[in-house]
Amino acid sequence: MIDLKSISKIYGQKKVVNDVSVSIAKGKVTSFIGPNGAGKSTLLSMVTRLLDQDSGDVLLEGENILQAPSDKLAKKIAILKQSNNLDLKITVRELISFGRFPYSRGRLTQKDHEIIDEAISYMELEQFEERYIDELSGGQRQRVYIAMTIAQDTEYIFLDEPLNNLDMKHSVQIMQILRRLVRERNKTIIIVIHDINFASCYSDNIVAMKDGEVVISGSKDDVIRKEILEDIYEMDINIECIYGQQICVYFDEHQDASVDDFIEDQAQVQIRA
Amino acid sequence: MIHKLFRLDIMIILLIVLSIISMFVGVVEVSPRDLLNLSENQKNIIIESRFPRTVAIIIAGASLSVCGLIMQQLTRNKFVSPTTAGTMDWARLGILLALMFFPTANLLVKLLFASALSLAGTLLFMQIIQRVQFKDVVFVPLIGLMLGNVVSSVATFLSLRTNSVQSLSSWMQGDFSIIISGRYEVLYISIPFLIIGLLYANQFTIAGMGEDFSKNLGLNYKRVINIGLLITAVITALVVVTVGMLPFLGLIIPNIISIFRGDHLKNTILLTAVLGAIFVMLCDILGRLIIFPYEISIGLMIGVVGSFIFLIMIFRRVKSNA
Ligand SMILES: Nc1ncnc2c1ncn2[C@@H]1O[C@H](COP(=O)(O)OP(=O)(O)O)[C@@H](O)[C@H]1O
Ligand SMILES: [Mg+2]
Repeated sequence: MIDLKSISKIYGQKKVVNDVSVSIAKGKVTSFIGPNGAGKSTLLSMVTRLLDQDSGDVLLEGENILQAPSDKLAKKIAILKQSNNLDLKITVRELISFGRFPYSRGRLTQKDHEIIDEAISYMELEQFEERYIDELSGGQRQRVYIAMTIAQDTEYIFLDEPLNNLDMKHSVQIMQILRRLVRERNKTIIIVIHDINFASCYSDNIVAMKDGEVVISGSKDDVIRKEILEDIYEMDINIECIYGQQICVYFDEHQDASVDDFIEDQAQVQIRA
Repeated sequence: MIHKLFRLDIMIILLIVLSIISMFVGVVEVSPRDLLNLSENQKNIIIESRFPRTVAIIIAGASLSVCGLIMQQLTRNKFVSPTTAGTMDWARLGILLALMFFPTANLLVKLLFASALSLAGTLLFMQIIQRVQFKDVVFVPLIGLMLGNVVSSVATFLSLRTNSVQSLSSWMQGDFSIIISGRYEVLYISIPFLIIGLLYANQFTIAGMGEDFSKNLGLNYKRVINIGLLITAVITALVVVTVGMLPFLGLIIPNIISIFRGDHLKNTILLTAVLGAIFVMLCDILGRLIIFPYEISIGLMIGVVGSFIFLIMIFRRVKSNA
């Protein structure tokens, strides 16, 4: 269990994260949703000690996270940040092996190699194993990073928009793998996700953020509601039950018309300018 | 094809062969046949000059190349090296200041001072490249070279004022002909630093992936960066003091290895060391042969070959950006 107690972060005048208190349950998938700039990434960085908060505490199973030795913490929580643009010539297997660094400090044991192999097969990366990461597509690279996080074998796994760059098949594959990690290994997964339908179908709990604050936090059935989502995203959203899943439909019927209007407006602006 | 040649065993054999050749090239003729009954004079030449020279080449070439590799990894910039960050110029200024202000002090004290100044200079360079967001990484070495030239001019000015041009110019350009036993032994100090560098290979690689990446894996990022920069400063100062400037060595060797063997220091750090030694040895032997019986100093040889390769790197970069 992770408890956030009144966490705030201020950049200049702006309260990017404002007095957030949330509990993250163990052994569940918790999704963070909310519009761009809501403060999700900033919050995740503070919870995983990558960024210092201006006020508030993060308690990991009752202990203040900033007091824990960082090498011990690296066996407890892993985070995959939103952007990882590295142009280094490192092979897929080498990168995944870094996940074992907290355990072996670079001298890999037989057990480390087994765990690395397992992470590779979990993410179906066997065919890329010896390729350099700078030769892979964005989506393939994303899967390599997730494999590294799996190899780190921590109880808590934080993923900031892991579905970036991924096609539908691999997005679904990753969500299924995350569920499997929860089911088989009792991991706790915290994930920032943009597609609310992925959040609705694959998470246990959802935390919705807007303007640096938590709007609501609860089970997915508490959060996936028309009024709540419309308030957060400031658009019309309908929720349909399809095959037993709550699916949000947020395509405006009059979308084509409004796009036309928009283009027309733009054209006029240009003419005036 | 060439790929296959970049193997540690092949490289080491090549280095050994070149080292043996190096022992027999020089004004006083010593051929392998003479080995069994060396004259007194030949024995002296081997012990007092040829052997120290060969050892100095290996240590200087290897350790300076490793410095470049570490700097490139930690700054995540392929154009950074003891030359292009100005580290060498700071080391030279340090030695000059030490000679001016405490000429009677022990050589180690002077070295310590020069190392401290190179470290400070490198940190200054790091601050600049972090503060200023360059549109193109090519600007990074250019800024470093400019900074180095400013420092270098200060050194020249000071030495002109104090009439110590003579001693300064011997540090201007690397020169192994001045290496004789009794003067080069301080180079041995760089060996333990080199070994620390090898032991930290994994951690340098992780640190090169960024601060957040390192923190996530429980690596003390700042400490690893500081250790890396300390190693580079000390080794650079040692080489500048004993051999002189070897421009662009720390830039080109790691880049060549990176092309063929990638960027994981675990795989590349030893290769970089050996290739660096080979390169310097080759340049030195050629320098001894081209205008025999005179010598072209190693600094000049490497400067010409190195700046040529540096230009190719820049043009390749510009082309790939265009
Ligand atoms: N280092 C920073 N300096 C200043 N403002 C920042 C910084 N990082 C993030 N912000 C601002 O904080 C807000 C929240 O950012 P972020 O946490 O990345 O949002 P999200 O991940 O929810 O899209 C944004 O308005 C962003 O511009
Ligand atoms: Mg974000």
